Amino acid sequence: MMRLIGWRLVQLPIVLAVIYVVTFLLVWVAPGDPFSGDRAIDPSVLQRLKERYNADSPAQFLATYPWRLIVHQDFGDSLQYKEWSVNDIIRSSLPVSVILGLFAMLIATILGVGIGTLAAVAKGGWVDWASVAISLIGISLPSFVVAAILLLLSASDLFRGIFAIGRFEKPIDLILPGVALSLAPMAYIVRLTRVSMLDVLSSDFVRTALAKGVSRHRIVWKHCLRNAILPVLSYLGPAAAMTLTGSFVVEKVFNIPGLGQHFVNSVLNRDQTLIIGVVIVYSAFVLLFNLAVDLLYGIVDPRIQVGGAK
Amino acid sequence: MTQAAAIAITDDIIAPSDTFWHRLFSSGRLLIGGGVVLVVLVVCLFTLPLTLNTQSTFYYDQQIGEHVRQPPSATVTGWFGYDTLGRSLLARCLLGGTISLMIGLASATIAVVVGTTVGLISGYIGGWVDSLMMRIVDILYGLPYILLVILLKIAIEPQLGALFDAMKTDRWFSSAQAANLVVMFLSIGLVSWLTLARVVRGQVLTLREQPFIEAARALGLPRYRIFMRHVLPNLIGPITVYATLTVPSAILQESFLSFLGVGIRLPMPTWGSLASEGIAALSPVKFYWWMLTFPCLLLMLTLLSLNFLGDGLRDLLDPKRDAAKI
Repeated sequence: MMRLIGWRLVQLPIVLAVIYVVTFLLVWVAPGDPFSGDRAIDPSVLQRLKERYNADSPAQFLATYPWRLIVHQDFGDSLQYKEWSVNDIIRSSLPVSVILGLFAMLIATILGVGIGTLAAVAKGGWVDWASVAISLIGISLPSFVVAAILLLLSASDLFRGIFAIGRFEKPIDLILPGVALSLAPMAYIVRLTRVSMLDVLSSDFVRTALAKGVSRHRIVWKHCLRNAILPVLSYLGPAAAMTLTGSFVVEKVFNIPGLGQHFVNSVLNRDQTLIIGVVIVYSAFVLLFNLAVDLLYGIVDPRIQVGGAK
Repeated sequence: MTQAAAIAITDDIIAPSDTFWHRLFSSGRLLIGGGVVLVVLVVCLFTLPLTLNTQSTFYYDQQIGEHVRQPPSATVTGWFGYDTLGRSLLARCLLGGTISLMIGLASATIAVVVGTTVGLISGYIGGWVDSLMMRIVDILYGLPYILLVILLKIAIEPQLGALFDAMKTDRWFSSAQAANLVVMFLSIGLVSWLTLARVVRGQVLTLREQPFIEAARALGLPRYRIFMRHVLPNLIGPITVYATLTVPSAILQESFLSFLGVGIRLPMPTWGSLASEGIAALSPVKFYWWMLTFPCLLLMLTLLSLNFLGDGLRDLLDPKRDAAKI
C-alpha cells in the first residue's frame, strides 16, 4: 500500500509535466503567441513577461516557466487582465469552484447510492421508478437546462427570499447549482448501484445471513452495500471530471465567480498564462481526487491490492 | 430467460427460438429506440433541401420582422413558434437536428476508429506497450474532456479554415463554418474513445486465452490472420454497442460547448445552441416557453432513444455484460 502511494506520488508530477507541455504546444502553436504580437497585448505586460522569464521566444518561455512555477509558485501575470496575476485570479475563484464541485459530488454519491440501493431492494416499487426517472433525466437533459429551470424556480414566489438570484453571496446559494450539477453523475451512480446491488442481493452469503437471522436492514446496508459500492467507487474519478465540465456551464447560468468562467474566457482571449495556470490547477485537482479514490478502494475492499495484483 | 421458461411450462409449447432475429424483434427498447432515431433522422434529412434553400419560407435563417417571438401557431413554419429574430423555430430545429446528429455520428466514428485501434494494439501486444497505453487512457479519463476539446479547437480551427479556403469548398457552408464543423467532430471524437479502448482491450485479453485462438495458433495460422479472422469478428458486438452509446454523449458534449459559446458558430443551429438561446430568452417576467421547450424535447427524445438503442443492442449482442456498465 505504501509503495503504491509512493509510486502514484512520483507519477503525479510527471503527468502534470506532460499536461503542461501538451497545453503549451496547443496554446502557443495556435496563431497569436504573445511574442510574435499579432494580437494586441499591453506592451507593459509583455515587457514584464519578457523580463521576468528572461525569454524572447516561446521556446525559452517553455523552459523558464516551470522553473518559476516550481521555485516561486508563480503562474505569472495574466495577459488580458492587466492588474491581475494568474495567482490572484486562481486564489479568488478556486475555493468557490472546489466547494461547489465537492458539494455536487457529495449529493450525487449519497443520494445516488441511497436511491440505487432502495430501488434494488424494492424492485418495481416507486423508488425503483424514481431511480429510472432520475437516470433518464440525467442522461438526456443537459445540465444547463436543469440549472436554468432551477434558477427560474428560485425566482418564483415559492422560493422567494431564500436564494440570492443570479448572484453568489452566502453558502446557501450553492444549493441549487450543486443540485443541477449533481444530476448527471447521480444518474450513472443510481444505475450502477442498482445493478450491482441486485447482483449482490442474489448471492449466497445473503441467504446465509438471512438464515442466521440477521436483520434485513443490516444485511442490505452493512453486508451488501460494501460489496455493491465498488463499481460506484471506480466511477468517481470520471464523475469528478464530469462534474468539472458541468461546473463550467452551471457557474455560467448561476453567475458564480468560479474558475470555470476564467477557463473559457482565457481560451477565447488567448490569455496564455492564465490558460496554463487554470489547466494545471484543474488537472492537479482531478489527479489528486483520483488518487484519493484509489486509496478509498483499498479501504472499502481490503481484498484489493491496488496496483499490486492484476 | 425466466419468462421464456414460464411460457414453455404453462402453455406446453416449445420455447420460442432464441435466434438473433427473434431477439431483435422481441426487444421493445431496441425497436422503439431505433424507430424514433430513424424517424427523427429521416425527417431532418428529408427537409434539408427546404431548410438550406435561401428562397424557401423554411430557410433556417429567414428573418421576418413581424414574427419576432410569436408563439406557436397553425401555419407550418409557425408550429414551433418563432425566435428572437423572427426565424421559424421548426426550420431551425430540423436543421439543428441534422447537425447535432451529424456531429454525434461523425464523432462516434472517429472514436470507434481510435478506440478500437488502441484497444486492439494494447490487448494483443500486451507487455509494456499495454501498460503504457492504459496508463495514458487512465490519465485522459481523469481530465475534463472539455479542456482538451477547447484547446484542440483553438489550435486547429484557424489552420483548417485557411485550408478549406484554399480548397474552395463553400457550397452550402462557408469555409469558416466547414472548419468549425470538422473541428467539432474531430475534437469530440478524439476525447470519446477512452471507454471503447478499455472495453476492446478487455475483450481481446479474454479472447486471447480462448481455446479456439490457441487452436488457430497451433495450426500455424499467421498472426495477422488470427487477428483478422478470429479476434476482430468477436469484437463487432461490443464495438457496435459502445459506438451507439457514444453518439448521444457526443451530442450532449456539443450542446455544452454551444452553451459556452465555443460550439458551432451562429447562425448555424444545433439542438444545444437552440436550447441555450431558449435559456437566454428566459426571464421571470415573460416566459417564451416554446424557445426552450421544443429544442429540449427533441434533444431529450433523441438522446433517450439513442441510449435505449444502445442498451437494447447490448442485451442483443453482448448478453453477458451487465446492463449498467458505463
